[in-house]
Amino acid sequence: MRGDATMTSSVTIRIQQDDFDIAREIAALTNRRSDIGAVVTFSGICRGSEDGASIAALTLEHYPGMAEAEIARHADTAMSRWPLTGISVIHRVGRIAPGENIVLVVTASQHRQAAFEAAEFLMDYLKANAPFWKRVEGSAGATWIDARDHDGTAAARWTKS
Amino acid sequence: MKLKYFAWVRERIGKSEETIDPPASVQTVEELIAWLAKRGEAYAHAFETPRVIRAAIDQAHVQPDAAIKDAREIAFFPPMTGG
Repeated sequence: MRGDATMTSSVTIRIQQDDFDIAREIAALTNRRSDIGAVVTFSGICRGSEDGASIAALTLEHYPGMAEAEIARHADTAMSRWPLTGISVIHRVGRIAPGENIVLVVTASQHRQAAFEAAEFLMDYLKANAPFWKRVEGSAGATWIDARDHDGTAAARWTKS
Repeated sequence: MKLKYFAWVRERIGKSEETIDPPASVQTVEELIAWLAKRGEAYAHAFETPRVIRAAIDQAHVQPDAAIKDAREIAFFPPMTGG
């Protein structure tokens, strides 16, 4: 948890093998305060198929240290760009089965627009820049997922010209 | 300097990290990739398409022309697919 000089706000970033509890993470951002009018959550969930082929599981690998630092860098950017009261980002690593959670982004603000936009911004940047890699276990063995050009484009649209 | 490898770069090279001492003529990330690619079949395979390789110096993303002189840790990995 880190404080903000102008507004009581918090940033929580966790990378963990275990699943997360969305309700508990929302409560952690809203607990005992009455200045929050909007909370947006995004959950990324493991699909049961990839490019039309069914999969047994994903394995998420990350670069310890840099992954946390990249997410923190983007959380700081979001904090300075939108009037947020809090951000939580949780990314799971290790083996994840279809239907299980992969990632959670929670943004809290006085009003919904900031929370919606910041959550989308964080996910776009996380997908393009945070050092995580997905490997798929399928019928044909294990293969690494290719990056999608769309992810870079999605992140670039937040760049102010 | 310490090198770290992730995802299929790590699998192709067969190790997750190592310490290397490249010659002084190797000054940038792309020169380091070219030098590593000549270290054997596994390295040649890992770095066969240099333009898809991403690099970080001391845990921050860098471009291929970044200088490696003061780097403590350089990581090589494929484009990221998290989220």
